[in-house]
Amino acid sequence: MNAINQSGWKPEMNAVDGDAPVTTTGNRALMLEEPLIFQIGTSETTGVDLPEVPKGASRLGSLARAKPIGLPGLSEPETVRHYTRLSRQNYAIDLGLFPLGSCTMKHNPRLNERVARMPGFADIHPLQPVDTVQGALGVINELAFWLIDLTGMHGVAMSPKAGAHGELCGILCIKAALEARGEGHRKIILVPESAHGTNPATAAFAGFTVENIPATDEGRVDTEALKSRLGPDVAGVMITNPNTCGLFERDLKIISDAVHEAGGYVYCDGANFNAIVGRVRPGDLGVDAMHINLHKTFSTPHGGGGPGSGPVVLSEALSPYGPLPFTERYGDGHITLVEEETVGDRHPDSFGRMTAFHGQMGMFTRALTYILSHGADGLRQVSGDAVLNANYVLRRLEGALAAPFAKSGPCMHEALFSDDGFPAGFSTLDVAKGLIDEGFHPMTVYFPLVVHGAMLVEPTETESKAALDQFIDALGSVAERAKAGDASLKAAPHYAPRRRLDETLAARKPVLVWKEAPLVQAAE
Amino acid sequence: MRYLPLTDADRTDMLRVIGAPSIDTLFADVPEAARLDGPIEGLPLHASELSVERHMAALARQNLVAGEVPFFLGCGAYRHHVPASVDHLIQRGEFLTAYTPYQPEIAQGTLQMLFEFQTQVARLLGTDVANASMYDGSTACWEAIVMARRVTRRAKAILSNGLHPHYVSVATTMAKFTGDDVHASLPELAPEGDIDALIAAIDDETSCVVVQYPDILGRIADLSALAAACQAKKALLVAVVTEPVALGVIRSPGEMGADIVVGEGQSLGVGLQFGGPYVGLFGCKEKYVRQMPGRLCGETVDAQGKRGFVLTLSTREQHIRREKATSNICTNSGLCALAFSIHMTLLGEAGLRGLAEANHLAASAATDRLAQVPGVELVTPTFFNEFTLKLSKEARPIVRELADRRILAGVSLGRLYPGVQALERGLVVAVTETATGDDVEQLAAALEEVLA
Repeated sequence: MNAINQSGWKPEMNAVDGDAPVTTTGNRALMLEEPLIFQIGTSETTGVDLPEVPKGASRLGSLARAKPIGLPGLSEPETVRHYTRLSRQNYAIDLGLFPLGSCTMKHNPRLNERVARMPGFADIHPLQPVDTVQGALGVINELAFWLIDLTGMHGVAMSPKAGAHGELCGILCIKAALEARGEGHRKIILVPESAHGTNPATAAFAGFTVENIPATDEGRVDTEALKSRLGPDVAGVMITNPNTCGLFERDLKIISDAVHEAGGYVYCDGANFNAIVGRVRPGDLGVDAMHINLHKTFSTPHGGGGPGSGPVVLSEALSPYGPLPFTERYGDGHITLVEEETVGDRHPDSFGRMTAFHGQMGMFTRALTYILSHGADGLRQVSGDAVLNANYVLRRLEGALAAPFAKSGPCMHEALFSDDGFPAGFSTLDVAKGLIDEGFHPMTVYFPLVVHGAMLVEPTETESKAALDQFIDALGSVAERAKAGDASLKAAPHYAPRRRLDETLAARKPVLVWKEAPLVQAAE
Repeated sequence: MRYLPLTDADRTDMLRVIGAPSIDTLFADVPEAARLDGPIEGLPLHASELSVERHMAALARQNLVAGEVPFFLGCGAYRHHVPASVDHLIQRGEFLTAYTPYQPEIAQGTLQMLFEFQTQVARLLGTDVANASMYDGSTACWEAIVMARRVTRRAKAILSNGLHPHYVSVATTMAKFTGDDVHASLPELAPEGDIDALIAAIDDETSCVVVQYPDILGRIADLSALAAACQAKKALLVAVVTEPVALGVIRSPGEMGADIVVGEGQSLGVGLQFGGPYVGLFGCKEKYVRQMPGRLCGETVDAQGKRGFVLTLSTREQHIRREKATSNICTNSGLCALAFSIHMTLLGEAGLRGLAEANHLAASAATDRLAQVPGVELVTPTFFNEFTLKLSKEARPIVRELADRRILAGVSLGRLYPGVQALERGLVVAVTETATGDDVEQLAAALEEVLA
């Protein structure tokens, strides 16, 4: 069963590049076609031998399942082979530079993985008596201390499950604080154009009305426009710093003072904290709430799209409203977990609970391990090297690609380019797909929206100079081909496991679960 | 600083190319008053791998590890054996260190896995479609309530009193801000849940009824009549499954007519991890797919006609739609979804059924033994692998006392429902394939002593 031909499955191989031979299996040497488990597994096959357990009588009542579920099984060797083969069709940071701007793809240290798997962290239940999990609560408490110290804030909510969930947490703290002040009528959240798309989504989701604030020609928030919009109906602003143009918002303190003066709060999207960690504390700039993507700044792996973790640091004004649960450490070292059971009158203003249990413990152990490995001196070097690498990329490529804000000052940890100067018919997407053939994951494309055909490159601090030079040469040469109107670029990628995929078809005729008749035949 | 490849010579070279005298000058746009001159005070300097590992291991040793003692906790997080190959495979760098598959041509591994996951989950839950995972069961449950409001244009959500109290807490917390009208109540230590009361409560304002299956006390009930009652009033039935292994031997909520089925997938492949990261499951009827939150992977073809997979219908999502997005979820739980999917593939139909039977029969045998203990009464006659006992004394201090004897006995309802006197003698006990007969015997003997 574990070879394609034995299963009878044939990949849909219609065409092959140039004079390369058509293979029987559809495989091309080390590039292997892999069928779906539904095409090779059977309902009788299993890769698991179960333990003997004591047996009582059935107590399922009338609910015993009658119909089969339809789940194929594979033996252990077939399973290992299936997923190993699939894994080889992925690009990953372990394979090379992953310059996704705003996503911060840095090296994931394996010590973090080892620690997260220690049974003392991995094999404990969230509802065990708190006396039996003092070490786990110690991790949360120690990480919380570091996050507060590094950001110069007053408190931190650890439970949000990801960045956008953290944004929601911060906005709910603002809403709760306003309501406690009797100013629940403040319904406007100001969001600059250069903010992440999740920011307006979060504000709207929490019942606020979003108003956009324009950017200046140099790619920063238009401070005067923002100030002139402040008033008694404004709940606060959501600002990203460093912003999505890769620039530091110089006026953040001035903006914060004005917002506070007008009775509002300042939310800072902390997705780019990587650029300033150890060098700038958002608390010193007047920020009231900021989520920290542990996976970005503190190196927990992205896992193909999660899990994330989004603790939110809070100012003194917002800390009383943070969600349950949280930890408290007593002078004798004992740590309590403040949740519904124990909150009583000690934290009466908490807005409630955002998730079952205590947050992403597996991410906390990884982040704390990373922070301790770097220390205060290492984290300062992290932001320094991240910014150095980005500026190096910006300077070396600003001849090959338009760099709209290159004159606005040093970039922070990401360099922004655009498709300005490309001939008709060629776009940022062609450069991205061309870069795939060069063996690199493309940069972030079409974001931020303030620039037409944006290309946002974030090398991070874990890239060597040699890796950067190779990437710069590759991106530069693809850009030159685009500018020269090289038609082969329109058909890129040529060498990836798949050629350009039809995303329109997928959206128009969504096939979201496997069905016997494959789409490829239906389309013919 | 073992994670930083640049040498000082590299830094000097690069600064020359940039035309900057030092790294510090690259931070010129930071107002001087906000710049820190040196390392932040109060934090130690960088440390070796060995010393960090020692520090973390010392913290880990302070915890009582589930696998080292008789262990019976459930209530939304279950201890199952995870085959070694699951963790091995998810640690492959190509899965572990990949990003969201925004460039599908070089992310087919993740995308095909998500497509397989969606199909497995849809079949398990009994729904037409499923998404590529949510953060966890509790946030998936809340997103289902928000989705029901979008679909029905009504705001009244009726929660079963058998729904996990943390899930209730998340829903009521969020409702304070989003304007949903959430109705919740407390469970009773009784053999039956509140299906009849839920049916009676549905009216023309109801957006959805949310019911957990099996419920927080471990009870299982036929949802068919409730589904029909919802349909009659054009409300949606949302079913919540916190123990998906159960669906190996009991009928799925989708099969009984639920419109949306959400779940906590932690049981398969993920492990306890002190509460997270977990993996939320989310399935629904096909007609609601464009109202569904979260990522979706869809099948398509490439320029040469070969089958491939892409993320699709992303126009619902917030990074595209900004303030018009249908949900707050942005990322998902990709790696945990992978672990779930691998475990499910290893089990297959036969393995899942066998695992579910082993759980159920072991739990059933445990009730036979525990019910013999003086002062212990079995509250729930039908259940899957989790049941509720009523003790002759308050359960919370009993749980603590047994923990001192290195037995993790279960979850006291006093912890989940603080201050509710009628529930304080309730103890919810989960018995999975990881508990041996000897473990159960130790629990029974210890209970006998502390209840005497």
